[in-house]
Amino acid sequence: MAIKLKEIAKRPDLLSGGHRACAGCTAPTVIRQILLVSGKDTVIGFATGCMEVVTTIYPYTAWRIPYIHNAFENAAATISGAETAYRALKKQGKIKKDINFIAMGGDGGTYDIGLQSLSGAMERGHRMLYVCYDNQAYMNTGIQRSGSTPLGAATSTCPAGDAIPGKKQHRKELTSIMVAHGIPYVAQASPHNYRDLMTKVEKSLNCGGPAFMNVIAPCHRGWRVKQMENSIDLARLAVDTCFWPLYEVENGKYKLNYKPKEKKPLIEWLKPQGRFQHLFKEENKHIIDELQASVDRKWEELLKKCGEE
Amino acid sequence: MTQTLALTGNEAGAAAMRQINPDVVAAYPITPQTELMHAFSKFVADGKVKTELILVESEHSAMSACIGSASAGARTMTATSANGLALMWEVVYIAASLRIPMVMPVVNRALSGPINIHCDHSDTMGCRDSGWLQLFSENSQEAYDNVIQAMRIAEHKDVLLPVMVTWDGFIISHTTERVEILDDGTVKKFIGEYTPERPLLDTDNPVTIGPLDLSDYFFEHKRQQVDGVNNAYQVIKDIGKEYGKLSGRSYGLVEEYQTDDAEMIAVALGSTAGTIKAVVDRLRREGMKVGLLKIRSFRPFPFADVASILRKAKAIAVFDRSIAYGSMGGPLFGEIRSALYGEKEQPPALNYVYGLGGRDINTAQIEGVYQDLEKAIKTNKYQTIKYLGVRE
Repeated sequence: MAIKLKEIAKRPDLLSGGHRACAGCTAPTVIRQILLVSGKDTVIGFATGCMEVVTTIYPYTAWRIPYIHNAFENAAATISGAETAYRALKKQGKIKKDINFIAMGGDGGTYDIGLQSLSGAMERGHRMLYVCYDNQAYMNTGIQRSGSTPLGAATSTCPAGDAIPGKKQHRKELTSIMVAHGIPYVAQASPHNYRDLMTKVEKSLNCGGPAFMNVIAPCHRGWRVKQMENSIDLARLAVDTCFWPLYEVENGKYKLNYKPKEKKPLIEWLKPQGRFQHLFKEENKHIIDELQASVDRKWEELLKKCGEE
Repeated sequence: MTQTLALTGNEAGAAAMRQINPDVVAAYPITPQTELMHAFSKFVADGKVKTELILVESEHSAMSACIGSASAGARTMTATSANGLALMWEVVYIAASLRIPMVMPVVNRALSGPINIHCDHSDTMGCRDSGWLQLFSENSQEAYDNVIQAMRIAEHKDVLLPVMVTWDGFIISHTTERVEILDDGTVKKFIGEYTPERPLLDTDNPVTIGPLDLSDYFFEHKRQQVDGVNNAYQVIKDIGKEYGKLSGRSYGLVEEYQTDDAEMIAVALGSTAGTIKAVVDRLRREGMKVGLLKIRSFRPFPFADVASILRKAKAIAVFDRSIAYGSMGGPLFGEIRSALYGEKEQPPALNYVYGLGGRDINTAQIEGVYQDLEKAIKTNKYQTIKYLGVRE
């Protein structure tokens, strides 16, 4: 399935400008890449979170496609209802056209509070794509830790203190959990590699069943990065350090979509981020070692699964 | 052809759902609602309805999926009880605020804790301020009739609100009664085609549903919801009358039973109204001027009707099958007293909290209540709130 970038670039922008996301936020970029592929016949549902807030402050909306926000934990269930309505009405001949169904949420709305709703919708086999824009904390409510926050990261609920140096636990491997659902398509993507991300959207929407994409979406406010223009670079570094591998699982078959020529040390990704600064103190360096070891182990496991040994 | 069948309340509700033939139904099991969805699932499996069934992983997702489905433009239903309704609570409010026309039977069951599976009204009373309309049913026939009318009420352009139709768990849901079922064609014509105003699926005219609504508009939207609920007052009456022409059973927001010359009036919701009617008949034969005011529509609450009926009485007994902790009596009592405030005549109003967790209420107890009213009239002395049938 090849994406024709020249052709796609000519398509209308379905998320208008003028929304209120922070300058340098990567989430609207992720949304635009998705909508360029899905086109206007798409119904999208959002979990409560940054993107819901910044795109739809009444009486304004940035959406040029049908959009629904219900609550925090139920974007998947809500879109599963809309998709079921579509099947019901199509069966009766009341709707003719083909429509794509996409649900999106941040990591809080996906890894944590929305996990049950997501799991149920995937198990039921709705023809829908769920996209998690993963910025690794509850950014909308003020940078609280989530199930996606990496070990050692400082957040407003697990600050780097004298007694406790940031988050005590590793992050949850949500993409693996979604693979375990046995759905037709699961992928990890990053907005810096837009061709890869958009190809994955194309595959998701044509897989004939539920699909899940986990997309890293750097947040310079939450990650405490001074240069807001560096957000996309941070996505690239997450991939080049193998913290965020780009891979897909199509009908159970793993495929690595990008293998860095030279795997960069994790500290290159950690260093520009204020949330990890305390880890560079002598007494906390063991946490960096533990993080690096975790990345190495998971990367090796992934290579094996992808037959890339 | 109208058929007369022996059905439980849940079977009667399922029969109404089959005839409504909704596009989408979401279901999650909870006692005592389960048999309703068993019966309906059988209709789906046998191809008797066109419905797409979503068998979700929780009631929260059931209501969430219903909101998605109805917003997409499909005629949508679900059903629940007690803790299931409580788990939905967040999205129950959202459904009303999005002005989603939807019907949800709630088979009344005590809300935990302690956990209990039997009837009281604590579950639906828990969302009496959610913005849903609430219709209570006295028996299986009313469960059937109310579900059918509810769909029309919900979809009426002056209302556009979700409706809860309730019937008492086990007492109605699992008890077989004689029920008249209209023929399918009659119901189909009565319900009519559903044409949603701004469905999500109309991708040529994209809408944003559920935006962030801050202090500059939120209040106005809440105020519009008030109008929608208040508009339902006339719509419920009109549709109740229209339904009467089809079925011979007309409905209002309240039902008066022997109230014309009654000095003592009991007020109740649900199946207990039926038990009270039997007591009224017996006491009337003994010459006591007793009557019953049954509340069918708890939301909207028909204040003016209630006041005009009750102000003529010399004493009133209000039956509450739930507790409102720390308040002046049960939820129904509060409404009744409020309705009478400002009236010239304010008869003594006594509150009886009864039947919690399925505790039986019998005719002797209800007779005792009327005797209390008699004493209150004679002595002008009475206890305002009593717990009927509890060991204290």
